[in-house]
Amino acid sequence: MSKLPKSDEYFSKIKHDKTSGAEWMDTPTVIREGMFCYAAKPASVETLGLPFPREWNPLHEDWKLPENWKEIIHKGFRDRLERFRSFKVFMDICVRCGACSDKCHFFIGTGDPKNMPVVRAELLRSVYRNDFTKVGKILGKLGGARELTLDVLKEWWYYMFQCTECRRCSVFCPYGIDTAEITMMGRELLNLLGLNIDWIATPVSNCYKTGNHMGIQPHAFKDMLDFFVDEIEEVTGVLVEPQFNKKGADILFITPSGDVFGDPGTYTCMGYMILLHYLKVKYGLNITWSTYASEGGNFGLFTSNEVMKRLNAKMYAEAKRLGVKWILGGECGHMWRVINQYMGTMNGPADFLEEPVNPITGTKFENAKSTKMVHIVEFTADLIKHGKLDLDPARNDHLKVTFHDSCNPARGMGMLDEPRYVIKNVCNNFYEMPRNCIREQTFCCGSGSGLNASEDMELRLAGGLPRANAVKYVHDKHGVNMMACICAIDRAVFPPLMEYWVPEVDVTGLHEMVANALIIPGEKEKTVDLRGEDILDKEKVGTDEFYTRPSFSGR
Amino acid sequence: MSTKYMYSLIAVIVLVLLAYVGVEAAGLQIFFGVVIPYLAIITFVGGFIYRVMEWSRSPVPFRIPTTCGQQKSLPWIKHDKVDNPFTAVGVVIRMFLEILFFRSLFRNTKCELSEGGKISYRWEKWLWLFSLAFHWSFLVVLIRHLRFFLEPVPASLQFLEKIDGFVQVGLPGLFLSGAVLLVAAVFLFLRRVYIPQVRYISLAADFFPLFLIISVALSGILMRYFAKVDIVGAKELTMGLATFHPTIPEGIGGIFYVHVFLVSVLLAYFPFSKLMHLGGVFLSPTRNLPNNTRAYRHINPWNPPVKVHTYQEYEDDFRERMIEAGLPVEKEL
Amino acid sequence: MSIQLVNLLEQKKTTIVKKWFDLVVETYQPDTSQFLKSRKDAFANPVGNCISQNLGPLFDELISKMNYETTRSFLFPIIRVRAVQPTFSSSQAIAFVFSLKEIIRENLKKEIREKQVADDLLLFESKIDGLGLIAFDIFMECREKVYSIKANEERKRTFSAFERAGLITEIPANRSSLS
Repeated sequence: MSKLPKSDEYFSKIKHDKTSGAEWMDTPTVIREGMFCYAAKPASVETLGLPFPREWNPLHEDWKLPENWKEIIHKGFRDRLERFRSFKVFMDICVRCGACSDKCHFFIGTGDPKNMPVVRAELLRSVYRNDFTKVGKILGKLGGARELTLDVLKEWWYYMFQCTECRRCSVFCPYGIDTAEITMMGRELLNLLGLNIDWIATPVSNCYKTGNHMGIQPHAFKDMLDFFVDEIEEVTGVLVEPQFNKKGADILFITPSGDVFGDPGTYTCMGYMILLHYLKVKYGLNITWSTYASEGGNFGLFTSNEVMKRLNAKMYAEAKRLGVKWILGGECGHMWRVINQYMGTMNGPADFLEEPVNPITGTKFENAKSTKMVHIVEFTADLIKHGKLDLDPARNDHLKVTFHDSCNPARGMGMLDEPRYVIKNVCNNFYEMPRNCIREQTFCCGSGSGLNASEDMELRLAGGLPRANAVKYVHDKHGVNMMACICAIDRAVFPPLMEYWVPEVDVTGLHEMVANALIIPGEKEKTVDLRGEDILDKEKVGTDEFYTRPSFSGR
Repeated sequence: MSTKYMYSLIAVIVLVLLAYVGVEAAGLQIFFGVVIPYLAIITFVGGFIYRVMEWSRSPVPFRIPTTCGQQKSLPWIKHDKVDNPFTAVGVVIRMFLEILFFRSLFRNTKCELSEGGKISYRWEKWLWLFSLAFHWSFLVVLIRHLRFFLEPVPASLQFLEKIDGFVQVGLPGLFLSGAVLLVAAVFLFLRRVYIPQVRYISLAADFFPLFLIISVALSGILMRYFAKVDIVGAKELTMGLATFHPTIPEGIGGIFYVHVFLVSVLLAYFPFSKLMHLGGVFLSPTRNLPNNTRAYRHINPWNPPVKVHTYQEYEDDFRERMIEAGLPVEKEL
Repeated sequence: MSIQLVNLLEQKKTTIVKKWFDLVVETYQPDTSQFLKSRKDAFANPVGNCISQNLGPLFDELISKMNYETTRSFLFPIIRVRAVQPTFSSSQAIAFVFSLKEIIRENLKKEIREKQVADDLLLFESKIDGLGLIAFDIFMECREKVYSIKANEERKRTFSAFERAGLITEIPANRSSLS
C-alpha cells in the first residue's frame, strides 16, 4: 500500500482551508492502518456461540454482513434502550456543552475530532434520533439525525474501538453521561453482526474454555508458578509453596493471568506469591490459587454484558466448589470494575461465602460484605496499618516512584488512597504527577478495554501520550524511574509506551514493591530485587532533597 | 454563516412575526392569548411526564456510578462521602451539588507550567459560571413571573423582587435576573459560534432554544422598559388563564402576545428536545446511585440466564494433564 | 550568514514563530487545531504545548550556529508526536519544517528588497533544508521505533505461545531481553 499522497492532496493537507469547518457528519471516516485491531477470528466467535463468525477484513469494502443487518441493529438498539436506562437517558439529555470534548486522551493524542467523547456518542445518537424519535425523523440532518448506512456502521466500528471505556469524560459531564456506557452499547450492537476485534474475541474464548485469557492450560499454569518459585528462591533463598485448587482453604486468590505470563507483571505475581507465603508461615493463613478461575480480568466486559457474566461466573463457582470463606482479588483494572459494579448483581448472591474478615487483624471488610471479594491492596493496606508486615522500605531505595491511577479502580470504584498508603510504606521516594492527571482525573494508558494489540500501536502510542507526558514531567523534575500501577493491562502496555515516550521509566505492580520490601522469615541477605537488579547499599543513599517521608495520622 | 444557526434564527424570527402579525393584523388575540398558552401547557406537562415515564420504564440493570473520590473502605482511610457516595444521603448531597451548583462543570481545571517548571492550577470557570448564571437567573425570572398568576402577590415574591431589583437603575427598576439571563444566553451562543470544538459539535437543535430564550428575554425587557405594555391588562389576561376564566382585555400591545407565544413555543418544544436534561439529570445512573454494590447487592430485573463453562466440563477437558501435574481433581481417571 | 539578516530575523522572531506555530497546528483538522492553539496546558494539551515550547528555541538555533545535537533536541519532540498520528503521511509529518521558508519570505518581503539580503536568505534557506533532513532522520527513527516495538510485542506473543504449547522446555537465559 503506497502511502505517498498525490501532490494536490499533499498541498491541500498542508494548507488547511481555515474556513472549511466541515461538520462531522460530512467528514467521511477513513479506516487507517495502525489505528484499528484485526477482526475477530471465526473460531473464537464460534466458541461462545456468538452470531456470524466469519473471516472479514476491516480494510475491505465488503464486511460480509448478513443481509438483514440493518434490521438486526435496529432491533438490538431498541432492545438496549428498553433494558438500560443509562443508554436511553444518555441518548436524550446531552446538551453538547463541550465540557468533555478535550478530556479524552485519544482526542488529545491523535488530534482526531471524532475522538471527542461527545462526537463518539453522537455517532450513535444521530442514528437514534432518526430511528427512534419523531422530531429527528422529521428534521433529518438539521435535527442531527442520519440514517444507518454501511459507512455509518464502519464509522461506529472504527471509533467504538478507539475508546478505552476509561470514563474520564464522565467525571466532567454535568449529567454524568458516560461514554464507556455508550461504547459498551455500541460494541454490543457490533457484536450482533460478528464485528468484534480479535484481541478481545480470542482472549474471551480462551477464558471461557481454559479459565484464562491467555489460554494457559491447568498444568501449564502450575508450571509457570513453579518457575516463579525457583526464581523467588534464587533471589530470597526462601521456598514458597503455592497451593492450587485446594479444597477447604480459607481464601481463594484470583488475579489476571496477564501477570502470570508477561513481564513485568510476572514480578507482581511473584510479589503475591511471596506475600501469601509470608502470611502462611507467619500467621497460618491458608490461601489457594485456582486453575479453573485463573483469570481475574474479564474481556467479556468489552464484548457484552452476557459474555461478561459468563466469564465472571467462574469466580463464585470455584469459591463454592472449594468451600473457601471469601475471595481475594489481585491488582487489575477492569477486573475490579466488574467485581465492584457488576459481579454481585450478575452472579450473586454469594450467600455460600462468609462476610470477609481479615483473620490476622480482625478487620471486617464492611464495604465488601455482599460481594465477598476484597482487593489485595485493601488487604495489604490493612495488614500494614496493623503492623503485621515486616517491611524494610530502604530495599526500594533504588527506585523513585510515581503512581498511575488505573481508570477503573479510580472511576469505577474509587480506590485512590489505599495504594498510596501501601507505596509510602514500602518505598521512600514517592512523587505524585500533577493533580489534573491523577486520582479521578487520571489519564488512561491508551490501551485499555481490549485495545492492547500490537497492530494498533500508533493508536496506543498516541492515546498514551497525555499519560506519558505527565510521567516525563516527574521524571525530569524528580528523577522518577519507576511507575507503579495496580492494573495488569497497565503493566503489559506501559513498557512499550514508556519505551517510546520516556525510556528512562520502568513499570511495576504494587506487590512487586511490597515483596521486595518484605522481610521474609528465613530469607538470605538480599542483594538484588526480584528483577535481579542490585539494591543500593543503604549507607550510600542520602536523603532526597525533594522528599520527606509523609507522616500518617490516621490515614 | 453556518446553516446550523441560520435555520434556527430564521425559525425564531418567523415565530415572532407570526404572533405579531397574527395579533396586530389578523386580530387573533384569543388564539395567541388563550388557545396557544393552554395547548403549550398541556403539551409541556403531558410531554414532560411522558418522557420521564419513558425513561423510568427502562430498568437500571447495574449500579454504575462514576466515582470521583475515595471509596469507603477501611475505617482509617478518609472516605469522600459526596463524590463517592456510599449511602442515600451522600447521593442526595451529590445530586444537590450537581443540580444546583453544577459540581462536575466546576471540576474543570487546567494546570499551567510556568517558567522554571512550577505548576499552577487555573480554574476553567467560564462555562461553569455562565451556565450557572443562565440557569439561576432563568429560575428567578420564572419565579418572579408568578406574580402574574397569583392574587394577592405573596410577600416572599415581593421580597424576591426587591432583591432582584436592588441596583435601582431606571424606571421601572431594572431586574438583575433578566439582564443576567440575556447576557448569559448570549455568551452561551457566542461560545457555540467561536469555540471551534463547540461549533463542531453543535446542532441546529442547540441554537434554536438559545435563540428562543434570547428572544423571550428581549421581548420581556422590551415590554417592561421600552414598550411599556399595559401591565394591568396583562395581569388580567394571565389571571384569567390561571383561574380558567380566560379573558382578552383590550389594548395590550402585540409585543405581549409575541412574548407569550415564544414562551408557549418554548414550553411545547421542551419535552421533545435536549431541554429535557432538566428531568434527565435526576435519572442519570452514573450520578444518582451510591457506590456500594460490594456491600449491598443491586438487583437486575432481567438478569439473563447464560451458558457457562462449568468446572466439570473443564476437568473433563484437562483431567489427564491435571493429574499428571499433581493438581487435585474431583473425578479420578 | 550576514549579521544584517540575523538581526532582521531576530527582530521579527515573535511574528515568524507565531506564524510558524499556527501553520504547524493547522496541519491538524480545523477543530483540533483550535484546541491545540487555545489550551496551553502542558498536561491537558501535550501536543500543542510541545509544539509551542520547541519552535522558538528551534528558530533561535537556526539563526545561530545550528548545532546538530541541540537542533535535534528541539525538533525531536514535535516529530515524535507526528510520527504516531496516523492522519499524517510521512511527508505531511515533516512538511512544517519547509513551510518556514514561505513564512520568512512573506514576512521579510520589503526588507529583502530594501536591504539586499536575498543572497543571505538563500543561505538561510539551505539551513532550513538541513533542518528538513534532520527531521527526516528523526521521523524515520521514530517509525523504526514503532515497528521495533510492534515486532517485539509480536515476538513476545509468539514466544509465549510456543512456550505454552510446551515447545520450549528450556528457560531462556535472559528473560529481560524480551521485555
